[in-house]
Amino acid sequence: MEQQTFLADKIRTQEYFLNMGPQHPATHGVMRMVLKLDGEIIRNIDPVLGYIHRSIEKMCEHDNYKQIIHLTDRLDYLSAHMNNEAVALLVEKASGIEVSDRIKVIRTMMSELTRIASHTLWWGVMGMDTGALTTFMYAFRDRELINDIMEETCGARLTMNYSVIGGVRYDLHENFVKRVKDFIVHFKKKLPEYDRLLSDNVIFRKRTEGIGYITKEEAIAFGLNGPTGRASGFACDIRKLKPYSAYDRVEFQEVMATEGDAFARYKVRILEMWESLRILEQLVDQIPEGEHRVKTKAVIKLPVGEYLQRVETARGDFGVYVISDGGSSPYRLKFRSPGFANLHGLNKMSIGYKIADLIVNFSTIDVVVPDMDR
Amino acid sequence: MMNLTIISEWLSHYIAAEVAFYAELIVIAVIYLSVFALLGLFLVWLERRVAGFFQLRLGPNRVGPMGLFQTLADALKLVSKELTGTSKADKFLYKLAPYFVIITALMAIAVLPFSGELQAFDVNIGLFFISSVSSISVIGIFLAGWASNNKYSLIGGMRTGIQMISYELSVGMVVVTMATLAGTLQLSELVALQKDGWFIFTGHVPAFIAFAIFIIAGTAESNRTPFDLVEAESELGAGYHTEYSGMNFAYYFLAEFVNMFIISAVAVVIFFGGWLSPFGITDNIPYVGVFWFLFKTMAVVFLMMWFRWTFPRLRIDQLLTLEWKYLIPINMVNIVLMALLVWLGLTF
Amino acid sequence: MSYIGDIINGSKTLLTGMSITGNYFFKNLFTRKDVITQLYPDNMNELKMFDRFKGEVIMFHDENNQHKCDACTNCEIICPNGSIEIVWERVADPETGKNKKVLLNHIYHLEMCTMCGLCIEVCPADAIGWGQDFHHVTRDRADLTKVLNKPGSSIMPGVKEKK
Ligand code: SF4
Ligand code: SF4
Repeated sequence: MEQQTFLADKIRTQEYFLNMGPQHPATHGVMRMVLKLDGEIIRNIDPVLGYIHRSIEKMCEHDNYKQIIHLTDRLDYLSAHMNNEAVALLVEKASGIEVSDRIKVIRTMMSELTRIASHTLWWGVMGMDTGALTTFMYAFRDRELINDIMEETCGARLTMNYSVIGGVRYDLHENFVKRVKDFIVHFKKKLPEYDRLLSDNVIFRKRTEGIGYITKEEAIAFGLNGPTGRASGFACDIRKLKPYSAYDRVEFQEVMATEGDAFARYKVRILEMWESLRILEQLVDQIPEGEHRVKTKAVIKLPVGEYLQRVETARGDFGVYVISDGGSSPYRLKFRSPGFANLHGLNKMSIGYKIADLIVNFSTIDVVVPDMDR
Repeated sequence: MMNLTIISEWLSHYIAAEVAFYAELIVIAVIYLSVFALLGLFLVWLERRVAGFFQLRLGPNRVGPMGLFQTLADALKLVSKELTGTSKADKFLYKLAPYFVIITALMAIAVLPFSGELQAFDVNIGLFFISSVSSISVIGIFLAGWASNNKYSLIGGMRTGIQMISYELSVGMVVVTMATLAGTLQLSELVALQKDGWFIFTGHVPAFIAFAIFIIAGTAESNRTPFDLVEAESELGAGYHTEYSGMNFAYYFLAEFVNMFIISAVAVVIFFGGWLSPFGITDNIPYVGVFWFLFKTMAVVFLMMWFRWTFPRLRIDQLLTLEWKYLIPINMVNIVLMALLVWLGLTF
Repeated sequence: MSYIGDIINGSKTLLTGMSITGNYFFKNLFTRKDVITQLYPDNMNELKMFDRFKGEVIMFHDENNQHKCDACTNCEIICPNGSIEIVWERVADPETGKNKKVLLNHIYHLEMCTMCGLCIEVCPADAIGWGQDFHHVTRDRADLTKVLNKPGSSIMPGVKEKK
């Protein structure tokens, strides 16, 4: 019998490369991905970093510990407060500065507000990346309230630079408690709206469910962390593992999912906002009285040694690692950024899927490029 | 029929009758073109304004009353912009492509019945004419994708091919469904037949299903969210028109909106009684039909804008699943259902 | 049957989404209640920033055009990015006859400042602080380099010179 030949077998196809970025609407800043494509199907992803490299780690080696803090705002600018806090906690731990309960509570509340702000922004962008442009504005409406709280108390909306060594820069503004309470009431009404608008939408579900699957073992192997790791069932919340500030005294759940797909990552972040609200609710009525700032020496020197402080930012496990030679600035400083680790998973998540799925995956790992590219 | 022969009659006093005939054609064409340029601009303004309200914004509100002149200003800006392009583009096709899109969009307009009196070209296969003419525009988009020599454009162009050809089928089948009910393809006649009740009511269940399918397929035909994979801002930059600038870009932009208008107008003609007023209140007054026609069309346009500002985008395979696994089978059943209804005389 | 069920459930979720956006649309169309747009240049005068807003670093002057800066250069030293330059000279005090530092120009580079606030914190005399102005748009980078002490200003009497 004559062998049947299909037309498709005769057509010569070829894999090709596509440069996505650095100026591309979906790469959230200046990141470049070299995609190897077969039609629309992704065969390989090569992320190229370096377009926004500012050598912050090297700059930190020349600055003293007080000056370092304001540079960390510029890493993951959506978790600016948590980054500030990490450095402040590290220096306090290393030089034995005890901070009061009030400071701890203020820092925790600010962290959770920042987390909500970051996740709302992410939600808006997630909608935009999947094509629903309206989510972005709704997210910004709610985020604006947090920004107002931040601006009133810290003086800035994004790069707060609020934590300092031995406390926080200013005491809470008198409107703070009222504003936070208003926000909690407002946001509890709006979060279900997020679900009804996007999470339940059949198109959105189809776009995210079963896409970008990554198992728990792979997640651990790639070092995924934060909501991205937890969506695969990897318990990696630093707030639970190594509680800092006031996290040991509040009740909250480490949000976990086991599906490991894009929708699980989406779900974890949405539920995390509810948990953050819960933490805020517990703390807002009982901010202890006391000093907002402990007196410190004018020049802070850390004893010789190595120090590490990890905090849970909105993106995951942020670590500051300092080697001190006893001077007033670190001998070597390294930031372990969550986004960079999460980016490793992207290749695994996206190979074999389509371009549109890559965008969804990229969105669900919630990258902030300056965080990966310091 | 539009009685513009007065132009040629008047002109023939001065010039030869044959010349006057062509002069008349040109006059009508110019009127149509300018009206539609304005309509396109208005639709762009409407879209931006509506989008603004959906998104808790105001939309354009600075230039002119309620920002009405904003799009005019934008158009002026686009006209004055430099025409750029890639150096290795296929120059001829690259320049040709936008005209395919805009001209076919404008051609389809010719047969629309704005009112009983105002219809330029009442061909007896009107619906067929519209669907065939508007399917030519896919060539323009395809050419743009190919000739730009840009991989994003190419992917966008390829997606167009798949999308438009699939959804053309759905639109065609809906037209068949409604033609079964009406028994004609001539637009003026279609409207006249709805004097006693719009088809969406007389055809009840199957007509309603047909409308739902039509609006979905129509949205896909005009490349709007949730079916804007062709442009897919977050994936492909701007898709097939990534490399276009200035007026060439404006053609695509305008064509998208004119296409949206045409789709809505067709929906109005075959489902909502065209220029007929509700309960025939103003049907005897000439030219008032224009108002009703535009009003109904804008309502359908608004529906499509509502889709755009609510839904996420589908993926290419889901787009095809929707078409081939859902719309086509339902459509086929629907045609049979409609035929049965007509046969049994169950229509109102 | 899940085929038809899928269609019905799917359309239901789509309609829920549309009800949300539609709700906002009609509310905004008729009342503009939820509109969050700030009509910026029009509301420039009503727009008030929070007191702590970090717009720029300014030097406080009293009604006699006197400031509190004694040119100790603490702020210049602490600034992480060299945004501050203090120009000073030694002038003999007419009363005591001792040489004293006098501020000539407190030069502030807004274009390099990262709003870290260290200079303000470190200033022993509280001579500088945050200004709430945010209209920094300019066509020339040089406009952003400012001299903080006003022309002709002098130091307030009674500000002690720190070591
Ligand atoms: S705020 Fe910071 S960066 Fe700006 S001038 Fe003062 S010390 Fe320098
Ligand atoms: S720290 Fe204060 S007093 Fe010293 S030079 Fe700066 S502004 Fe003047």
